[in-house]
Amino acid sequence: MPGLVYYSSASGNTARLVARLGLPALRIPISPEAGMPLPEGPYVLICPTYADGQGRGAVAKPVIRFLNDPGRRALIRGVIAGGNRNFGRLFASAGEVIAAKCNVPLLYKFELAGTETDIARIREGLAKMGLETFRGAPCLTP
Amino acid sequence: MKDAVVRAPLKAINWNRMQDDKDIEVWNRLTANFWLPEKVPLSNDVQSWATLRPEERELTIRVFTGLTLLDTVQNTVGAPSMLPDAQTPHEEAVLTNIAFMEAVHARSYSSIFSTLCLTREVDEAFRWSEENPHLQAKARTILADYAPGADPLKRKIASVFLESFLFYSGFYLPMYWSSRARLTNTADLIRLIIRDEAVHGYYIGYKYQRALEREGEARRQELKDHAFALIFDLYDIEQKYTEELYDGLGLTEDVKAFLHYNANKALQNLGYEALFPPAACEVNPAILAALSPDSENHDFFSGSGSSYVIGKAVATEDEDWDF
Repeated sequence: MPGLVYYSSASGNTARLVARLGLPALRIPISPEAGMPLPEGPYVLICPTYADGQGRGAVAKPVIRFLNDPGRRALIRGVIAGGNRNFGRLFASAGEVIAAKCNVPLLYKFELAGTETDIARIREGLAKMGLETFRGAPCLTP
Repeated sequence: MKDAVVRAPLKAINWNRMQDDKDIEVWNRLTANFWLPEKVPLSNDVQSWATLRPEERELTIRVFTGLTLLDTVQNTVGAPSMLPDAQTPHEEAVLTNIAFMEAVHARSYSSIFSTLCLTREVDEAFRWSEENPHLQAKARTILADYAPGADPLKRKIASVFLESFLFYSGFYLPMYWSSRARLTNTADLIRLIIRDEAVHGYYIGYKYQRALEREGEARRQELKDHAFALIFDLYDIEQKYTEELYDGLGLTEDVKAFLHYNANKALQNLGYEALFPPAACEVNPAILAALSPDSENHDFFSGSGSSYVIGKAVATEDEDWDF
């Protein structure tokens, strides 16, 4: 199973989802002064969406700062994105932006802090991951 | 000698000194999302409106007057009632934005009416909204928690339930029509409202959670108990309101699943766990698709996702990350 890295803003929705997953996870800090976590192996990124009505600003700034480092970026294997269906076609669009930028699959979308069903599906999906399909498939982004 | 009296200075708002970054983040979202009903070509729905049966037209107008009442409450009472409790000057500014957008929402329904409906039908529906016991009961229940002197945190709970739960018995109908290719421009307008309400519920719920952090354990438990008791009471009213409106079209059970799903989301905005189990929240996929077109179930893990996104193999430069 790949590791987990996540970002959650002060509203804590994504943090609540990750806590319920019950898996070890590194947190990207909210404050720009705090140090970035250093994943030691392949990981899946979990993050919320902050797009406006035109889709601008979907990916939170700390997540951009985290992925800006080529070393950290090389280890991403997939993204799971939070959002709200009320945003229509932009629901969880941060996941689409990151998937396109990093050439990794958008694995799953959830709303707010996720439902029981979401937790079960994500756990199951992560457990299956990293064996055949994802092993040794580095991000093509340098 | 008035000038000699020592008192706290009146403070001008400084957006370059933030106490809470969420305030500017939400301010920017709300202002970027600003819209007016004139932007939506509602008159393109005139023909579609004519294809609805008389009872379907009556239902639609009634549902929209019900939504107008809630927007009116939030515009004139709800959002302003939270101003004295604001923790930062920027929060006050955001609340006034929320109040104004609720006025835009309320005004939008009248734009729909003047474009599609006869004055007599609309007048009849406004009368209905004043006489319908369930609609009046839900507005009054919320207003009781907005009253002067009310608990500031209970005010936020009521506000999140209005923004994130009570609207949805009404929002269901334009999504239903849209899924059947009816009143699609009206649905576009309603989606703009739905988007705004998501930010409002999120922000007020966020401020509630911040305030809760400053409370002791007993008080936190009291507020949580209050929140769950209130959503039970509101759900009870919503069930009756839904049955009265939708039994005729045979849609009541479908609407209730949508209510359960949104009640859970409202609780999540307050930082609480779900009330309704997953089986009760299985919203008709056509309604979900109308809510977020092109973005249905997305589950790469199980292979059932309808819209995977895998990036093209294009090398990315670091500058590209400046998005």
